[in-house]
Amino acid sequence: MSADVERVFRKEYGRAVAVLVRVFGDIDVAEDAVQDAFATAVRRWPVDGVPPSPAGWIITTARNRAIDRLRRESTRADRHAEALLLRASDDAPDPGQEGPVRDDRLRLIFICCHPALAPATRVALTLRLLGGLTTAEIARAFLVPEPTMAQRLVRAKGKIRDAGIPYRVPRDADLPDRLRAVLAVVYLIFNEGYTASSGDELARDDLSAEAVRLGRLLAALMPDEPEVLGLLALMLLIESRRPARTDPGGGLVRLAEQDRTLWDQKLIAEGQDLLRRCLRRDQPGPYQLQAAINAVHSDATTAADTDWRQILALYDHLAALTPTPVVTLHRAVALAEVHGPAAALPLVEALDALDRHHLLHAVRGDLLRRLGRTEDAAAAYERAATLTNNTAERRFLHSRAALSA
Amino acid sequence: MRQYLLSVYQPDGDPPPPEVLAPIMADLGALAEEMRAAGTWVFSVGLHPAGTATVVRDRDGEALLTDGPFTEGKEHLGGFTVINAPDLDAALAWAARMARAATLPVEVRPIA
Repeated sequence: MSADVERVFRKEYGRAVAVLVRVFGDIDVAEDAVQDAFATAVRRWPVDGVPPSPAGWIITTARNRAIDRLRRESTRADRHAEALLLRASDDAPDPGQEGPVRDDRLRLIFICCHPALAPATRVALTLRLLGGLTTAEIARAFLVPEPTMAQRLVRAKGKIRDAGIPYRVPRDADLPDRLRAVLAVVYLIFNEGYTASSGDELARDDLSAEAVRLGRLLAALMPDEPEVLGLLALMLLIESRRPARTDPGGGLVRLAEQDRTLWDQKLIAEGQDLLRRCLRRDQPGPYQLQAAINAVHSDATTAADTDWRQILALYDHLAALTPTPVVTLHRAVALAEVHGPAAALPLVEALDALDRHHLLHAVRGDLLRRLGRTEDAAAAYERAATLTNNTAERRFLHSRAALSA
Repeated sequence: MRQYLLSVYQPDGDPPPPEVLAPIMADLGALAEEMRAAGTWVFSVGLHPAGTATVVRDRDGEALLTDGPFTEGKEHLGGFTVINAPDLDAALAWAARMARAATLPVEVRPIA
């Protein structure tokens, strides 16, 4: 693909598919049409030049292509094609208009993240339809064979069509639940990119970048939802530390030991600005609170400057809102900084639910080390190392165990 | 308008005692009435326990019978309702109320 087409593809694929799904009421027809249009662009743009409105050109071309194809099919007495054609001629607004396009993309997001679809399927559909990632790319990112991923996508699109998952933004009463599902999908994509749950590379940067892009899209589409802004702020603040997270050998560098001059100040400024904007609405939610916690870290020029009291207060609030074992664990880390490791250890050791989670044992190892119980600490680090599938994390945990022993 | 099959799955074995079952049946009856009034209800069926089922297979033109339900397991189809609904969200909303009334899981499947 030429650089121009590639750039427009990354930026406009989701928008074009969303419009075409509205026009034809069928995801497969929409995807085929948009891919056709980009294939045409690859041939034409280098000769004719990039059109003044690339997105409008793609959408119009895709729509015409799809109508041509459906006409050919309907002459072969394909009732389905005929029905789609009828729908397309009923509903033919200017495809380049911004207003309806905005709603189209929102509707498509809510389809992709519908609770009747399995969480892994929601992630794959979102990356495919909104992100424009190929099936092969998604399969690679989630370490499943390509045919498996292709089958998952086909099955999902079949369910959307046959079960009648509606193409609309949820009613107000359902919106909070449905929005939570959408945000969870984006954050899951981000986290998968941040610490790949398995494999050799600590992070798969492109997944995080994709999640940030989706986060920006959601923030543009729903600027009045504080948790949407909170999620974007959270991702930007975490992302700002990426350059400092790995050493030249690809090893993990902990927050306390990171070279803070490597942090991306532009992302920090953007994240903190977003955070201030959503906190002003005074409807704190889990993403805003996690963003606020990360903002406190961003404020500290050295690890020793970290305002742990503030962080502990934010975790208290978060634990009241979402009392999950993972939040309890993170709160215990903050508590150890404020009140010492002896106060935090019983909280961590009571978390049976996380016994299979490497982070629990890593935190326990750290607390034990600080309490001078070096043998117990080494055992805890070793246990943590056996529970992670990420090679960089495992290396780090083994080295901790060796240091403690 | 689409149609959906709402199937209720119940554990095998004895039904719950009358003092538990009576309010459940009353809730389900009230829900069916509401579905009728809304024009949603098409028809409902309650089934005898899965142990009363017989599976029939054709083997070279001869019927081969086996005693018991087709699927193994501890839960089986106990009854079902067919409804009209504009889309899956509407069908899921009715199914959620049915699951609450029946205190049992409900499977929603679109009718082709």
